[in-house]
Amino acid sequence: MTPAPDLTISGQAHINGATLFAPLTLTLAAGQWTCLLGGSGVGKTTILRLIAGLDTGARFSGHITASDGQPVAERVAYMAQDDLLLPWDTVAQNVTLGARLRGETPDLARRDRLIARMRLQDHLTKKPAELSGGQRQRVALARTLMEDRPIVLLDEPFSALDARTRADMQDLAAEALQGRTVLLVTHDPAEAARLGQTITVMTPQGLIPCAPPHAPAPRNVDDLETLETQGALLRLLREDAA
Amino acid sequence: MKVLSALAATLFALAVWQAIVSLTGLPKFILPGPALVAETWWQNRWLIAEHTWVTAIEVVIGLACGTVLGVITALQLANSRAARVLVRPMLVFTQALPVFALAPLLTLWLGYGLWSKVAMAVLIIYFPITSSFFDGLMRTPQGYLDLARTMQASPRAVLWHIRIPAALPSLASGMRLAAVYAPIGAVIGEWVGSSQGLGYLMLLANGRAKTDLMFAAMLTLGVFSILLHWGMNRATARMAGDGH
Repeated sequence: MTPAPDLTISGQAHINGATLFAPLTLTLAAGQWTCLLGGSGVGKTTILRLIAGLDTGARFSGHITASDGQPVAERVAYMAQDDLLLPWDTVAQNVTLGARLRGETPDLARRDRLIARMRLQDHLTKKPAELSGGQRQRVALARTLMEDRPIVLLDEPFSALDARTRADMQDLAAEALQGRTVLLVTHDPAEAARLGQTITVMTPQGLIPCAPPHAPAPRNVDDLETLETQGALLRLLREDAA
Repeated sequence: MKVLSALAATLFALAVWQAIVSLTGLPKFILPGPALVAETWWQNRWLIAEHTWVTAIEVVIGLACGTVLGVITALQLANSRAARVLVRPMLVFTQALPVFALAPLLTLWLGYGLWSKVAMAVLIIYFPITSSFFDGLMRTPQGYLDLARTMQASPRAVLWHIRIPAALPSLASGMRLAAVYAPIGAVIGEWVGSSQGLGYLMLLANGRAKTDLMFAAMLTLGVFSILLHWGMNRATARMAGDGH
């Protein structure tokens, strides 16, 4: 893995002539978690998909650059709300999907280490349908880590989980993705307050930077400053909606 | 429970049949009763078995060839825009032609024997197989394709590891449909020109006013088709994802 770079996306996007987002600049600090928080339809997922090089249906004019000058889209790993596990493949096969798709020989020792780290060693030969929601997201996280990319894009990966599993997954992901440039798109102020080293709220008017809590991420769910930040973020979201 | 209800339905059908025969008093060369048909069936069991065997071979070869051709066509269509533009309208047009009208032509081209019937079966199942598999290939969940894109997968790898497996349930439903259609195709072929097979036997019996034999052959064809459909359901259960 190359060292994680800074990432900057700067520009504007239109859908069928209507403005999706006005000119903006978002910088993701190298090796840090940036949380992009916002309501539905504000364009936060579009930003993530633009960085990933995926189709968005929007016309983007601007540029996406990494501080080391290397191309961006081929150095990202992507994780979505839907775990996107292939139902016909086993857990082990799903984790090595990237290598198989590129026609490479998967590093099985590394696969086994990641599977153990995600506490999935008893489920190696199971199909996704036999797993719980939390287990499935752990497989998806193992698959993301298997890619070993310096940039990781997370599109509300924990939003379909129950509260307890979500908190566990947040801890696990924060620890596992340390040192990578992470963009977490979320509509959950609590998640942003727990995980963000940089927190940005996206509104139709533009991006609003918010000060993250001082404690290192992932912050305790009952950390006072984290709860205050969560409250402040929610207030901002509601003002924006009003 | 399933066996019981099937048995009950069969008995009911036989009772209705017998009732019609008894009430109308139709002569047996117009409508033979179930008892007579059963007797005829038993007396002619070896004859019927021989002709069933011929039809079964035609159907199985037709199913195999039609499936292979359909799968190859669907893959070509899914892979190439040009193929979709050029070939697809033709496929739909062939469906607008009555297969019955093509049967004499096939006999003319391929002769009186096995292959004109196989061709007929292939012709009749080719479209359901092609179109169901093609639809499956074109309806891969977008999320999988996005994931594959971020993994720098080649189109060929995406096809092999994602699009084809995701389309297998669609192919399975096409094959199940094909199992119902294929015997119809083979019998149409036999009807138009042959010296063997259940279709031939039915035509022959009908021509000689042996309506009881005609019924016996027809019921045998029905049972064969049901068994084939059941067998195909079992064979494609894994593909269809029934076990997921």
